[in-house]
Amino acid sequence: MFRQASRLLSRSIAHQQPTKTQVAARAFSTDVSATPTEDSPFAQSWKKVIPHIDAPKTPSSYMKTRPPTASAIPTKLTVNFVLPYASQLSEKEVDMIIVPATTGQMGVLPGHVPTIAELKPGVMTVHEGTDVSKYFVSSGFAFIHANSVADVIAVEAVPVDHLDSNLVQKGLAEFTQKLGSASTDLEKAEAQIGVDVYSAMNSALTG
Amino acid sequence: MAMAALRREGRRFAGSITAPRPMPAIRSALISDEQVPLGVRSISTQIVRNRMKSVRNIQKITKAMKMVAASKLRAIQTRAENSRGLWQPFTALLGDTPGVEVKKNVIVTISSDKGLCGGINSTSVKISRAIHKLTSGPEKEVKYVILGEKAKAQLMRDSKKDIELCITELQKNPLNYTQVAVLADDILKNVEFDALRIVFNKFQSVVAFLPTMSTVLSPEVVEREAEAGGTLGALDSYEIEGGETKGEILQNLAEFQFSCVMFNAVLENACSEQGARMSAMDSSSRNAGDMLDRLTIFYNRTRQASITTELIEIISGASALEG
Repeated sequence: MFRQASRLLSRSIAHQQPTKTQVAARAFSTDVSATPTEDSPFAQSWKKVIPHIDAPKTPSSYMKTRPPTASAIPTKLTVNFVLPYASQLSEKEVDMIIVPATTGQMGVLPGHVPTIAELKPGVMTVHEGTDVSKYFVSSGFAFIHANSVADVIAVEAVPVDHLDSNLVQKGLAEFTQKLGSASTDLEKAEAQIGVDVYSAMNSALTG
Repeated sequence: MAMAALRREGRRFAGSITAPRPMPAIRSALISDEQVPLGVRSISTQIVRNRMKSVRNIQKITKAMKMVAASKLRAIQTRAENSRGLWQPFTALLGDTPGVEVKKNVIVTISSDKGLCGGINSTSVKISRAIHKLTSGPEKEVKYVILGEKAKAQLMRDSKKDIELCITELQKNPLNYTQVAVLADDILKNVEFDALRIVFNKFQSVVAFLPTMSTVLSPEVVEREAEAGGTLGALDSYEIEGGETKGEILQNLAEFQFSCVMFNAVLENACSEQGARMSAMDSSSRNAGDMLDRLTIFYNRTRQASITTELIEIISGASALEG
């Protein structure tokens, strides 16, 4: 019986041609071991109360596991730079990044202390060898983990050379004027945000 | 009279039939509902012709709907895949805690506004009800926030008092992050929660949709869990950059996490909706095609039978005259 199982297994492996389908080829049910796979505690508590419906999947099942904290400081920093509409950098190995935290520009090297930093509008610089890429980031968060993985999540980011200085000047003037003429707190707050962003863009272009 | 019969027949046929109906059943059904005029030995082929025309039209419509769904799916699929990186940093930092014990749970059910998309809305509602059952208990409160008409219709029936907020017409304009952020802000302002559970269908492929539940915890619960240890235990080791207190940062973090998770969830659900609609319309067209084949055979048989009957009458009349 086990001979048959291994024959079936080798047949299923031989049949796995590289197809265009994204779903991986499933093993035959005779090949899967009799012992059930470990269920997460959530799935187990679900089964007790609602046995007739399968438990919903949770996000951790869709994520790749992160590398564990190495004992020695790694040489490179792994950066994930994500935006709502794209993953700008995904698991890119770089030497250093500088993020615009609320307290000012914060440099991150491999082996940095784990940190949670809120970002303000400013320039994020990525140093890879001799390449330097600058992005203007609107705001967001930066997480630096103990395993030298840095996650930067921004709401909007553009490369600095895509900024038009004329439009930046116009915007700055417009929002400074709005701030001067604002009456309610909401209007003041909105105008202040506009002024902050445009002056940051200005200094990004000039600095 | 004929129209009423046709409508009754139409309702029986319009559902997705899996097994082919036996021929005698159709014939007897047609005859029994029809007032057969005296002197006519067989039923008119006109009725069958009318039915064939309507089935053919249904087939054309469902084929067109499938094409439309396919093109909409193409457009939204790339955006959904690009947004998948958005929630991962949060799960990497705060971990995934679906089994967290809290007092106030809010279930955010994401569904579609339009129908004819297979079973995905029913699946989401089933899972939401199951989560309600799982997380309810003494001193615990579970509420619903519903996005989309279909879930609203289903949940209003038995859980009307538990529904906090209903949001519809999400896809009037193409989905973008700003719209979802405003929506998330609305929900956070109006609903008290310890844990938010977002139920949606994740798009795995055009024929496979996985019901998924994402959990977003409120800042107080995050602090409580961090102190208790477990998956969030490492949170205390993170330094907070900036002058704000840990509580404020966690508050901003929770809000940002909610809007990011919602954005991805809404996009995935929209993809699943279009994919489900494609396969539903495809099976509809196929069923209509099968029905059309059977009706064609029946039509031909009826036509031939009436011709044969006429011939027999003529010939027997002629032979009676001769003999």
